[in-house]
Amino acid sequence: MTTAAVPMRERENYLNQEYGIKSWLLTTDHKRIALLYLLSITFFFFIGGFFALLIRLELLTPAGDLVQADTYNKLFTMHGQVMVFFFLIPAVPAVLGNFLIPIMIGAKDLAFPRVNLLSWYIFILGSALMLYTILNGGVDTGWTFYTPLSTEFLTTNVVAAAMAIFVVGFSSILTGLNFIVTIHRLRAPGMTWSRLPLFVWANYATSIIFVLGTPVLAISLALVGLERMFHLGIFDPRLGGDPLLFQHLFWFYSHPAVYVMILPGMGVVSEIVACFSHKRLFGYRFMALALIAIAVLGFLVWAHHMFVAGISLYAALIFSFFSYMVAIPSAIKVFNWTATLYKGSISYTTPMLYAFGFIGLFTMGGMTGLFVAALGVDVHVTDTYFIIAHFHYIMVGGMVMAYLGGMHFWWPKISGRMYPEGWGKLAALLIFIGFNLTFFPQFILGYMGMPRRYWQYSPEFQVLNVLSTAGASILAVGYLLPMVYFLWSMRYGKIADDNPWGAAGLEWMTTSPPTTSNFDEIPTVTWEAYNYDQLTEVPVERQ
Amino acid sequence: MSDSSPTLAAHQPGLQHHFATMEQQTDASVMGMWVFLVTEIMFFGGMFVGYMIYRYMYYGPWLEGSQHMDFWWGTINTAVLLCSSLTMALGVRASQLGQRRMLVTFLLITILFGLGFLGIKSIEYHGHWVDGQFPGANFRFSGPNPAQVELFFSFYWAMTGFHALHVLIGIGLVTYVVYRSWKGAYGPDYHNPVENVGLYWHFVDIVWIYLYPLLYLISHKHLSG
Repeated sequence: MTTAAVPMRERENYLNQEYGIKSWLLTTDHKRIALLYLLSITFFFFIGGFFALLIRLELLTPAGDLVQADTYNKLFTMHGQVMVFFFLIPAVPAVLGNFLIPIMIGAKDLAFPRVNLLSWYIFILGSALMLYTILNGGVDTGWTFYTPLSTEFLTTNVVAAAMAIFVVGFSSILTGLNFIVTIHRLRAPGMTWSRLPLFVWANYATSIIFVLGTPVLAISLALVGLERMFHLGIFDPRLGGDPLLFQHLFWFYSHPAVYVMILPGMGVVSEIVACFSHKRLFGYRFMALALIAIAVLGFLVWAHHMFVAGISLYAALIFSFFSYMVAIPSAIKVFNWTATLYKGSISYTTPMLYAFGFIGLFTMGGMTGLFVAALGVDVHVTDTYFIIAHFHYIMVGGMVMAYLGGMHFWWPKISGRMYPEGWGKLAALLIFIGFNLTFFPQFILGYMGMPRRYWQYSPEFQVLNVLSTAGASILAVGYLLPMVYFLWSMRYGKIADDNPWGAAGLEWMTTSPPTTSNFDEIPTVTWEAYNYDQLTEVPVERQ
Repeated sequence: MSDSSPTLAAHQPGLQHHFATMEQQTDASVMGMWVFLVTEIMFFGGMFVGYMIYRYMYYGPWLEGSQHMDFWWGTINTAVLLCSSLTMALGVRASQLGQRRMLVTFLLITILFGLGFLGIKSIEYHGHWVDGQFPGANFRFSGPNPAQVELFFSFYWAMTGFHALHVLIGIGLVTYVVYRSWKGAYGPDYHNPVENVGLYWHFVDIVWIYLYPLLYLISHKHLSG
């Protein structure tokens, strides 16, 4: 309305460069593709959340009353598949990584912009197959597609679901390939490897997993599909085939994929903690190496998912040992985040609350990971709610917290608007409380012996299950809030400065939102990452 | 990349806006292809691992299954694919030298070899199908360990099937490059797509180099002895 505000809004950026549906669907701009991904995965987040809601409602009472056993099997299967493959895996890399990596390294775009768009279309093709699976009656293999259940006994849409995940895997592969080449070849002058922000390192480590792991998942699912359609017998015991081979191949990808669901989150948290402590991140080099170490070790631990599947004791011992090794780089990360906080000038903004939540919940998830890496304890808790609680602490308590923290942190850069800080803090708090109320009781339930994947349970478990369902409702409100106020802020939010947090990093040196080519002139980098000692100005947004 | 002037680079045809120099673009795109080939190795790797395990467990049935391979067609096909790699390499060289007609000719020969490979492969497939060597309800085998021989054929069909699919995709890619070459898109300054498709073609060839002995040549020594 005022004349002073007009030039701010009219400034050219990637959002107002072009209008119309075609300018979005045919874009090769990494920032617009990131937003396409954002829309797609948000859609799947709510579908997966809806399945979770039905699961929690069914488990409110010991009797199987809301849904039948078969329906329940489908609910947890599709909850897992949708959340893992269509939300968590692409969440940080495909949305925030896509948006930020080129800007953070001082490039105009990813190395292969058209491949980037192609990867989104492949994602959409996989999504269509997944939606077909859901609408056509669903699938009930469990998200793991274990043979021979998936190849022999089920009559549901196994082939369609496997194809959906096969296809969507190629979208991850292409994203990983694009990131690796971009980070190797498109860094701005002076942006050496030891000056890269840890977010970039984290996505690099993730990309290694995408590139090395996802093809193995693809071939495993393809073989399951061939076995169902043409009776090839590679996992068929009657022909001497071994169902265990499927588990090996599946977890060879899917365990590293678990780290895909945490490494990018670690990158996000590193950025947030450094910014809101206004301090150089403690132990930068160790932090970067720890990310790579987790990615590499992730390929050596897969059979810890199979301790009770009849693998040899010696193999189990070795896999147990390597699983323990993962604790070392993970601990380095947690200690260095806390060391960064020490004597930092800390601001309790919304992203920082999420980062705090991440550090605490990741620590819990990681430590219970050590419990289940121990052979004896694992036998006791295998296929119980202890496992469910453990990996939700990593995936939801860790990754979703980090993803939301990152969305808040970079929202001013993405949209050019500020989100309402008060509502943001409230949502972060609700999510933290709701999450713990949902999943902490499940640790106890699992330790008491409540098995996973059943639609009814013994009455003595009810109290804790009611607590869990109550927590889930709080969590749901917590997730809906950001959805509402992000949309609200796009129109009514305060216009964001180029660097509202006083953060270091190239993405804060360009405009908010950036122009299509990110920078007017490619910067020459002469400083280390997180040079907060050189940034003295504290902007209003964090006082 | 810092030593070049972007205004000069902007005049080069085929240079995309987000690269500073042609060299940077070529480096990036070749690296992209190599990373992609790594993913392909992992893709086939899953099947090779399965093959290794079962061959170790069921050597006898594997040997038996291998006797049912068509040795001569397989050998000829290996030669066909090797020749196609040669013509592909000559094509890449022609593109580097800017010889458009040579480039198109060599690529067309490569396509012919590729089609020849698929043709021979379908003759073999047809034979196996008629002889009841496709796993499932129609599988017929009257020796010992029929189940494990069937497993061998599961691997045979899956591995060569995925390989044939890759040859088919390769033919598609080469066809595209032929079209672009015909239009004069490539020359000494810009021939990167030819090189990348060449890399892919050689990769597919190398997969066959492994498949041929693993499937067709399991211990021919035992056969004669």
